[in-house]
Amino acid sequence: MNSLLHLTRSAGRHAILVLTSIFALLPFIWMISLSLKSPGEMFQSAFSLWPEHFTAVENYAQAFTSAPLLRFLLNGVFVCVAILVVQLAICAPCAYALAKLRFRGSEGFFALVLVALFIPHQVLALPLFILCYKLGILNSYAALVLPFIVSPFGIFLLRQFFKAIPDDIVHAARLDGVSEFGIVWRIMMPMSMPAVTAFAIFSAVSHWNDLFWPMIVITSERFMPPSQGIVAFHNGELGIQYGPLMAGAVMIVAPLLCAFLFAQRKFIAGLTLGGVK
Amino acid sequence: MVMIASADDAALCRGATRRNFAQLTAGHLLSLPAAVALLLLFVAPTIAIFGIALTDWQLGADDLSFIGLKNFRALLVDPDFYQSLRNSVVYTLLVLPATVCLGLAVALLIESGRSFRAFYRAAHFLPVMATMAAMAISWEALLHPTIGLLTQALASLGVPTTNWLKNQHTVLPALAAIGIWQNFGYAMVLFLAGLKVIPPDLYEAAAVDGADSAFDRLRTVTLPMLGPTTMFVTIIITLRSLEVFDTVSIITQGGPEKASEVLLYTLYTESFSYLRTGYGAAITVVFLLMVTSLMLLQTRIMDRRVHYA
Repeated sequence: MNSLLHLTRSAGRHAILVLTSIFALLPFIWMISLSLKSPGEMFQSAFSLWPEHFTAVENYAQAFTSAPLLRFLLNGVFVCVAILVVQLAICAPCAYALAKLRFRGSEGFFALVLVALFIPHQVLALPLFILCYKLGILNSYAALVLPFIVSPFGIFLLRQFFKAIPDDIVHAARLDGVSEFGIVWRIMMPMSMPAVTAFAIFSAVSHWNDLFWPMIVITSERFMPPSQGIVAFHNGELGIQYGPLMAGAVMIVAPLLCAFLFAQRKFIAGLTLGGVK
Repeated sequence: MVMIASADDAALCRGATRRNFAQLTAGHLLSLPAAVALLLLFVAPTIAIFGIALTDWQLGADDLSFIGLKNFRALLVDPDFYQSLRNSVVYTLLVLPATVCLGLAVALLIESGRSFRAFYRAAHFLPVMATMAAMAISWEALLHPTIGLLTQALASLGVPTTNWLKNQHTVLPALAAIGIWQNFGYAMVLFLAGLKVIPPDLYEAAAVDGADSAFDRLRTVTLPMLGPTTMFVTIIITLRSLEVFDTVSIITQGGPEKASEVLLYTLYTESFSYLRTGYGAAITVVFLLMVTSLMLLQTRIMDRRVHYA
């Protein structure tokens, strides 16, 4: 009796979760399905997920040749890496200073970081656009990177982790003649890898997915990151060809999804931490 | 003895002062790049946006004049802005309850058993991190009036269908459905974290008090203990709903008939398409005040949650 009850309960759990999983996965499945089909088949009334005539090769080939898809992807990688490297180079020393050094104005400076944490980035778009215009860097990688070179969230998160590292370790390093700069990179960062990874994932995912800022500063396809690139493809004359368009969309979503499947826990930690900021 | 001790002290003091001095300069040197960047890229633009909102500046124009609160007064009586604000609120009210309930239900169901936990968690989290620009295109195809899978499925069930994203009565609910899809996995993850920190003894205590069924445990322990998490999820999902932009700008461009104009999209078009910079800045200020007041509320709840635990 008891085991029967257990069985029904377990079946009910799976039944509902499978339904909600289908809801979550449907756009992915549909996107892949369309990317494998020929235009004729899409408009047939009889519906199937798996194509009768497998046109994947044509669709994906056309996505890569008729739109600079590879360029968009490489732009995305380049911009995300550049942003992350500069962010860490600027935020880590500052987080160390705030966590372990006493200096005049440190409290006021930390308050400034906290205030910056409360400003949504879309609010800064207009003045930053004007800044990029004055600097003459509209339509360039520099415009995509510049607004994000400092991350208040990065400073805040790293400071939390650095604070938890015992002072004795810092003192010992100083006695060994390690410079303050050396302490940041050779001791603090390696000892805070969970925080660094979480921040790296948060930063890379946000900028790979960002559409708002690129739409403001980039008009040339040469510099478009993946999200803006697929929108240009969609709005262009080939946008009505669902096969190649969906093939392009799959290629743009795929890198993050693959990375996520390999490091699920780290991704979830990074992205929830980011939202909680 | 005394001599040696004091000599040591003196050496120690000198060393300490030197170290303090070194710390002082190192502190300033190490935080200088971040301080300059924060001032230039966060503080100055925020001040600038308030300043620009008080002018009649049009992007590209050579001159501008100070017009006080005129932009804000114009906002108050602008039917387009009112429509955009209303749409944002309606969108949020459509997305929020469904997202919170669905996220909570999925989290509870995942935790209630042992099998396939990791699979379900991953499956529901995928929409949170997938590039929305690409997913919006897939959603557009799902809701396509002739080839769309969802339209076909609903039609075969006898539900009257329409061109969901081009009909001004269905466009906002359709976008909200996409918003729910994007966010409920996020709510789920936060609820899962909240469930992890409920002390197991509470369930034992509830059992002693006669809470036998799973429903009793849910009502007397789980849901009350999830209270702070629920508040927190509510605010985060509200913030994310107020910031909706990608789906609107790709699929509907605010149409048809401004039926899907939302705050951030209006901010974008006023500032960068119509180049009414001063007016766009005023909308930005309204947006900033809404978002920051919600974030302040969130911080206060977070503080309380820390005390609670």
